[in-house]
Amino acid sequence: MTSAGLTEPLDRNFRQDFGVVQYARCFKGIVWRETLRFLHQRERFVSALVRPLVWLFIFAAGFRSVLGVSIIPPYETYVLYEDYITPGLMAMITLFSGMQTSLSMVYDREMGNMRSLLVSPFPRWFLLVSKLIAGTLVAAIQVYAFLLIAYFWEIEPPSPFGYLSVLPAVLLVGLMLGALGMLLSSLIKQLENFAGIMNFVNFPMFFASSALYPLWRVREGSPWLAYICELNPFTHAVELIRFAFYEQVNLLALGVVLGATLFFLIGAIVAYDPSRGMLQRREGP
Amino acid sequence: MTDPSTLPKMTGRGTPGPAPAALEIVHLSHSYGARPALRNVSFSVRPASFCILLGLNGAGKSTLFSLITRLYAAPPGTIRIFGFDVNMTPSAALRQLGVVFQARTLDLDLTVRQNLLYHASLHGISAKEALLSSQIVLERTGMSGHLDERVRTLSGGQIRRIEIARALLHHPPLLLLDEATAGLDIKARADILAHVRYLVAEAGVGVLWATHLIDEVTPADDVVVIHAGRILDQGLASEVTARAGAAEIGTAFTSLVSVARKESP
Repeated sequence: MTSAGLTEPLDRNFRQDFGVVQYARCFKGIVWRETLRFLHQRERFVSALVRPLVWLFIFAAGFRSVLGVSIIPPYETYVLYEDYITPGLMAMITLFSGMQTSLSMVYDREMGNMRSLLVSPFPRWFLLVSKLIAGTLVAAIQVYAFLLIAYFWEIEPPSPFGYLSVLPAVLLVGLMLGALGMLLSSLIKQLENFAGIMNFVNFPMFFASSALYPLWRVREGSPWLAYICELNPFTHAVELIRFAFYEQVNLLALGVVLGATLFFLIGAIVAYDPSRGMLQRREGP
Repeated sequence: MTDPSTLPKMTGRGTPGPAPAALEIVHLSHSYGARPALRNVSFSVRPASFCILLGLNGAGKSTLFSLITRLYAAPPGTIRIFGFDVNMTPSAALRQLGVVFQARTLDLDLTVRQNLLYHASLHGISAKEALLSSQIVLERTGMSGHLDERVRTLSGGQIRRIEIARALLHHPPLLLLDEATAGLDIKARADILAHVRYLVAEAGVGVLWATHLIDEVTPADDVVVIHAGRILDQGLASEVTARAGAAEIGTAFTSLVSVARKESP
């Protein structure tokens, strides 16, 4: 190696701030790494698909006759139970993907990979948002793989445009749940504690929502549970996807999902700010 | 090594003055809850010099590295990298820095090439530029034939070499290595140390090398002896040895640590 080989680029790095090109490279690198990790973990992809498919083909088939669905927006006719729970299962994929983001960040922190990310000279909020978007794109791939399989069982939107109109909703829900996962990762001290997330976050969020049954059904059985479901941001995530799949916008759901995304994201950025000492609390003796 | 108080200071948002130190630490303290980890630490590393931070396990070396790299932040005291304050101008400061942490930070499931490209992107470097840049370092360390191997399949020494090559991708003028040879066999240790010394001599990189291994110190090295978060002595290894009235740095280190333990057990 020659000294010239080091000093030439050094001078450039020394003087200049990062421009759009450098930010784009950093973003691309983070997305690329998350995609590679996803592709390398085939079992993760398979399990991400098997989970909703089990619900769709076994649970829904079994409960079709038990759980009737009346005509509620966005539906204009009676729909099969499989059709009803499909948006909920799409949201379920993003929920588990968001928790995968959380798991991945805790794992990276324990394995040391997180350090390479956090000592990057780019602003920390930018690094976290890039990682979040990368995780969301991976979640969207899984959702469309699920829809492809569901299509062969004649579970599809009323028009092919539904596949397109649902994309922004899936991405927004992915961001919300990914940000939640990121925030949760700052609260988990060790990888072993991650199972708690499943018990205390995933399952309550999923079951106390409109993913599997409409809220009017829940209200019939328990008004207070229906109230909890209405407060659950995951209910609004499901409804946002449900309406978007039918080429409609549920403004209340959109507002709640946007607000929750912002709330979780700001929480995660604050939690990962070095002056807050999150890493220190996790890593210090 | 120079006394930090005599170094030129930076003004504004990082406009460099004349010849700032590669690393300047002034009155740095840090604690984990009530337990102090660093107490009023001050020292500096000259550009293109090899400085050894010598201390036992738990002396505060890794805490110091976490503060320099801004994994932890806003402690009492100042850290400047080539004049850029780590807390005031973190981006400019971190751009001058390459780091090899004690814990391995490569992604084991990715190939060497993928790891290098990922790191390059975290510094805004294009893939082409990164591969060109890493080629020189990888050839020098004998790792150029491993680009497409998964990191998981490499030995500990090879992983360390890759980590060093990765830390140099963005051409930092300052390289921090925290126990870079820990857990490696004698030959791998010697190879890595020789390579880092080569970088100092030939490429003008300033190095802060944290270790507890006495045999990695030569009399001509700058040494900072740290124990229980306190700097016990600093200067040329030969000077530190002489001040301790010892024949070689190992004895001097043992003597300094013994005295410190007696003073504050």
